[in-house]
Amino acid sequence: MAQKYRVTFIEDGGKAHTVEVAEGWSLMEGAVKHLVPGIDADCGGACACATCQVYVAPEWADRLPPKSDMEETMLDFAPDVRPGSRLSCQLRMSAALDGIVLHLPKSQH
Amino acid sequence: MSEKIVIIGAGQAGCQAVESLRKEGFTGPITMVGDEAYPPYQRPPLSKAYLLGKFERPRLFLKSDAWYAEAGCELILNTSARAIHRAERIVELNDGRKLPYDKLLLATGARVRKLRCPGADLAGIHYLKTIADVDGLQDVFQTGKRIAIVGGGYIGLEVAAVGAKRGLDVTVFEAMDRLMARAVSPQLSAFYADEHEKAGVKLKLRTGVEAFEGNGKVERIIAGGQAYDCDIVLVGIGVIPCDELAVHAGLASEDGIVVDQNARTGDPHIWSAGDCTRHVGREGHSIRLECVQNAIDQAKHAALAMTGNPKVYSEVPWFWSDQYDLKLQIAGLARPTDALVQRGDPASRKFAVFHLRDGKVAAVEAVNAAPEYMIGKKLIAEGKQVEAAKLADTSIPMKTLG
Repeated sequence: MAQKYRVTFIEDGGKAHTVEVAEGWSLMEGAVKHLVPGIDADCGGACACATCQVYVAPEWADRLPPKSDMEETMLDFAPDVRPGSRLSCQLRMSAALDGIVLHLPKSQH
Repeated sequence: MSEKIVIIGAGQAGCQAVESLRKEGFTGPITMVGDEAYPPYQRPPLSKAYLLGKFERPRLFLKSDAWYAEAGCELILNTSARAIHRAERIVELNDGRKLPYDKLLLATGARVRKLRCPGADLAGIHYLKTIADVDGLQDVFQTGKRIAIVGGGYIGLEVAAVGAKRGLDVTVFEAMDRLMARAVSPQLSAFYADEHEKAGVKLKLRTGVEAFEGNGKVERIIAGGQAYDCDIVLVGIGVIPCDELAVHAGLASEDGIVVDQNARTGDPHIWSAGDCTRHVGREGHSIRLECVQNAIDQAKHAALAMTGNPKVYSEVPWFWSDQYDLKLQIAGLARPTDALVQRGDPASRKFAVFHLRDGKVAAVEAVNAAPEYMIGKKLIAEGKQVEAAKLADTSIPMKTLG
């Protein structure tokens, strides 16, 4: 069984959910496979729908790999994009991200 | 007494319905019945990353096992429903169990269309719809094997791309004169034909399959009057809606369970969502959509209606396909009479084709072109007039056209 690390999702209303995500899985999967509301991920992680946006705090943002062209352009069209915006289907869990905190937008549509 | 909701079918639509029912505040018991061995899972990766071996099975599942308990959803797997007793509001399962319901959702999906020709039941002829199908294919899907793919649609071509990547000898047989003829414009068909040939895939267009031959297992495919040796066959010639349960219960089906814009059938206690349905789309035509988008959006609308807050389902349909490093994203429903506007050069492997109808964008096909796809989808939803010349001009940023 792959090593698991923790990620905390904070809903727009402030409610926090901490879940475990296996190494190599996407952070999006950590949310949708558990009962974390606020991430739709309609396409299941194919970077085809831009409905898994999260806001990453600056202290964590530097530890993430840079955005691919596809993520960059898909994000351009997500609602309420901010400097820390990422598509969580494109972020892979690793030891370096253990304990990462992600804020969720009000809506993905 | 709280109401009971029963969902027949444990796929993308069924799973979405559970999630949406809870989101809409439904607190009564939910039971979901599925005929496969697995809880709801994503089908799109099956013909892509999962077949390639780059996506472990646990990742296919839409939810963790614990999710269903947390969501208060009883999951009955390996079981199908054999009858709906509408007067008593009872669903009868094939093991004889009887589930009473107040509201019922049919999310039975679709099954693969089977080839009917001599030799069609030989061993070694595969279809691709379920985890079990792919697992059965994996053992023989090996470097050096000759695979004959029947059908040049999404499934056939995605398997062809994975096959080429894994070093199989791939031949695609397509009865029509171009690839994905039902789904995309001639420009896209030509582009994808070129890409597949560059990857070493042999394409046999206008070539219908007549028979399979072999001693105990398939060894040859007879197509267009010629025999081709092969080790494996993969057939991807479309799906048929699973509407038998509804039809036997006296509900209307016209190649798809007929539902209204709230996903309701003719019975006020029964809704239906996903691949198994037929509804009047946003353009006023009766359509049957086979896609994740429809499964998700129609299930959401069924949940809204079931919880007393109906909204009209009029979302723009969207689709995607991954072949090689090409991401194809499509929004809207094209018609053969649409005017086509190309943006970008296919040689750059990044371009889009817009389908215009009455001066408005009716559909967009985008290859590695997310802005064109996202703005195109928005233009379809808004129904705004657009200038074809501007869409075609890549010096004008897509963003300024939305």
